[in-house]
Amino acid sequence: MLPEIGHFALILALIVAIAQSVVPMVGAVRGDFALMSFGRTSAQVQAVLVAIAFAMLMASFAAADFSVALVANNSSLDQPLAYRLAATWGNHEGSMLLWVLILVIFGAGIGAFGGNLRPSLQARVLSIQAMITVFFLAFALFTSNPFARLFPAPLEGAELNPLLQDPGLVFHPPLLYLGYVGFSVTFSFAVAALLEGRADAAWARWMRPWVLAAWVPLTLGITLGSFWAYYELGWGGWWFWDPVENASLMPWLLGTALLHSAIVTEKRQALAGWTILLAILAFSLSLIGTFLVRSGILTSVHAFAVDPERGVFILGMIIGSTGAALALFAFRAPLLRSGALFSGISREAGLTLNNLFLMAITAVVFLGTFYPVIMEAVSTDKISVGPPYYNLVFVPLSVPLLLLVTVGPMLAWKRDSLSAVAPKLRWLMLAMLVIFAGLTAWLGLAHAASAFGFALAFWLIAGGVMVLIRRWRGPNGFNPRLIRTTPPAVIGMALAHAALGVLIVGISAMSSMAAEKTLVMRPGETVAVGPLTVQFQSLREVRGPNYVALQARFETSRNGGTPETLVSERRLYQNSRNQTTEAGIGVSPFGNSYIAIGESQQGPAGDGLVVRAYWHPLVGWIWFGGLLMALGGAASLADRRYRIGAPSRIPSQPAAPPVAGPVADGVPAE
Amino acid sequence: MKRLLFLLPVLGFIGLIAVFGVGLTKDPSLLPSQLIDRPLPEFALPGIEATPGGGPGFASAALKGEPMLLNIFASWCAACPQEHPVLTDIAAQGVPIYGLAWKDKPEDSRNWLSRWGNPYKAVAADEPGRTAIDLGVTGVPETFVVDKAGRVRFKQIGPITPEDWQLRIKPLLDQLRAEA
Amino acid sequence: MKRLILLLALIAASLAAPALAVLPDEILADPALEARARLISKDLRCVVCQNQSIDDSDAPLARDLRIVVREQITMGRTDAQTMDYVVERYGNFVLLKPPLEAATIALWAGPFAFLLIGAAGLIWWRRRAAPPEADALADAPLSPEEARALTDLTGPPA
Repeated sequence: MLPEIGHFALILALIVAIAQSVVPMVGAVRGDFALMSFGRTSAQVQAVLVAIAFAMLMASFAAADFSVALVANNSSLDQPLAYRLAATWGNHEGSMLLWVLILVIFGAGIGAFGGNLRPSLQARVLSIQAMITVFFLAFALFTSNPFARLFPAPLEGAELNPLLQDPGLVFHPPLLYLGYVGFSVTFSFAVAALLEGRADAAWARWMRPWVLAAWVPLTLGITLGSFWAYYELGWGGWWFWDPVENASLMPWLLGTALLHSAIVTEKRQALAGWTILLAILAFSLSLIGTFLVRSGILTSVHAFAVDPERGVFILGMIIGSTGAALALFAFRAPLLRSGALFSGISREAGLTLNNLFLMAITAVVFLGTFYPVIMEAVSTDKISVGPPYYNLVFVPLSVPLLLLVTVGPMLAWKRDSLSAVAPKLRWLMLAMLVIFAGLTAWLGLAHAASAFGFALAFWLIAGGVMVLIRRWRGPNGFNPRLIRTTPPAVIGMALAHAALGVLIVGISAMSSMAAEKTLVMRPGETVAVGPLTVQFQSLREVRGPNYVALQARFETSRNGGTPETLVSERRLYQNSRNQTTEAGIGVSPFGNSYIAIGESQQGPAGDGLVVRAYWHPLVGWIWFGGLLMALGGAASLADRRYRIGAPSRIPSQPAAPPVAGPVADGVPAE
Repeated sequence: MKRLLFLLPVLGFIGLIAVFGVGLTKDPSLLPSQLIDRPLPEFALPGIEATPGGGPGFASAALKGEPMLLNIFASWCAACPQEHPVLTDIAAQGVPIYGLAWKDKPEDSRNWLSRWGNPYKAVAADEPGRTAIDLGVTGVPETFVVDKAGRVRFKQIGPITPEDWQLRIKPLLDQLRAEA
Repeated sequence: MKRLILLLALIAASLAAPALAVLPDEILADPALEARARLISKDLRCVVCQNQSIDDSDAPLARDLRIVVREQITMGRTDAQTMDYVVERYGNFVLLKPPLEAATIALWAGPFAFLLIGAAGLIWWRRRAAPPEADALADAPLSPEEARALTDLTGPPA
């Protein structure tokens, strides 16, 4: 009964979405307020209907209703409840439903929070959002119905892939989808602006919170994905340039560019065409990512259901949305009013370069991911692109950009000069070079690249700190009033830029300073790995809710410090005959000890166990950096300046209408 | 000029969609053979008999003079039993088929053949798997079509279905027989 | 201990083992040769896996290829010769670093070209849009009085 209700709710939602695609748009063209406000109500109705459908699916999973085919294929009676629920989106059909759910929730958000938006703009945005929803609902209903029944219902299900039976599954897909789908809102804004023929400061100001609303969860989702791969896959890698990983990185890179480009459009009405293009491309890359994962066009460890038929449908969706948007861009963007001029050395110029570099870096990831497909289409030779390519191309292109990150906030708007900026950065630059030289001398020439990475990280972290210091320092030292009145967005920027540095510390350390040993060990034996001393203590069998495991205990100590016990397991999940490795990981700010066990083998002293012990220096800084970046973005989102127009509780203070010019704050802009 | 710049994204997009469309028709896991139109790599492998040493097996030198098939199989291969009836059929039509047992113990190969039938003119064992690497084998079953001069002309990845035989391999063998 | 070995054997016999890469019995005695072997293995794709190098994968074919790489190195072949040995048998697909040839120029040079053309385009567009006129008055630095007056009004510069 419940699945049928869910199915019916989806069909209703599709009908409402079709209506919402047409009615508000007609209203916007005609100037009919009644038709335009239809969009807001219908958006909320859609959200309720899809939420019901999703709840029905989740309930089926919770109750282990094996008459629903999806539940039978991804759940089993002894699967823990958390993973029965998370299995709702641990498969193709369910994840598509999650995608649609987030799509309509964001749509309802545009309706609910867009009170001070031009009605015609809001109506157009809602219509375009509804068109996207129609595509995805149709896809779900006609090719990937999550409510398909299985008759007769089996007594036991085929459990969820054990690799997915992990807390990561609870958070990673929802966070990523919040990101991918969040960019649909900015896409809708961009297309609406093209249709209206206007991309002014109010439009950019309205778009900025939505860019952040997508960017922050996407940053968290990618960080979590990297962390999950690190501890789950058993050999301590944290990024593999896998096509599906790249599919999440590309929207993130362009989303970052969009975030910065929107600032220029908002403050100076410049780069409007570029902002629109970035908004279109960011969401398009989300769609292309979906296409990649579900069509079987590339092999990947992440690949979902491999189904070329679904691929064709998604390709159709992409043509309908991206193709239409880019065609619209080709004809309408040249007509947009060009913005204010700026000098070659200015904040705007820096942000323009930022756009250019981020697009070039996105091109690296894009070419690396899709070149094999391109080659296959035009020739008979088959090539593959792996980490060596990215290491050689991605890194050189990123370095100039990272250097620019600290320079940008020091530049003034409209017009600045090198002689004015140089004094601000002189000492920072000197310190960076000293650190580079010093670390190279200390670590050795072989680690020169890591030394440069550390120096670059210093440049970024100190740059972020300096933004705040310059702001807080008055003529007589630190001025508490200045500290108190700093807009959250400025703190957010400083934090996010510094977080890049933190991330790079981890990457630099891992790139050349990790240590590893693979050997056969018997209980009682000891081995040294980098600064670690690892002693194999015991081996025994344990039983979990739906698995049996071989459990090994190790005692590790770093540089002779306090020892800690690490537990490493090899699990066999009886239902699916799958096995996983759970590595024993010791976490510290200086680095992780990481031990994974393998099979039994003959060692020099008889029967033993294959043990792989690793020392991962400063690896936690990678995900800590990602977390800080997301925090910075969240701080920016919290800034009230972007929510001007939200209903105010103080009746005597009317909400300020959005101004079509630069914000006339007393304090300098961030 | 400005117009042209704004057209670039949509033009690039059209190209990309065309590439994706073509890509959907292909299977990314199929690896084309490097041996097409090249002679078979040299090898001389033992057989799978119960005698010590395994018996004579065959060498690459034997695989010439007439068009033939070299079939890579294994007792642990899930799809090979599917293919076996087709191979038996082909052998009955007079086509010589040589079998290469990949990463298998001779007794497992023997047991498997006695269970599913033996269409092979001769069987060789490649237990260490080195010859398979020389042949560029990535899985089982795979089949090479070898011409009179001992050159590989076609590689079938996966089991040979009756359609593959009728539509591709049989016509190719006829063509190879007609060659000088 | 015996029961544990049995359990291990059971686990080993089941499907889809997670990647655990190089096994102790493959490791070469000479650490320099072993280091070379690891680096070469990292650049070779496991063709039966979903996007892994033979160094990372535990598939049987990956293990065979790791052993082949070590054999070649031990026989005295160079890195390039060892890679060529594998490419001869499996094609360019096995290279994780795509070859630099006419067909892959767009791959290697594309992003740099994008950057350069973009930068050139920006410079050209700026020159065309507004010839920078030396506005001496606007570019001149503020006098100390002007600077103080400004700070009083707006607070310290960012």
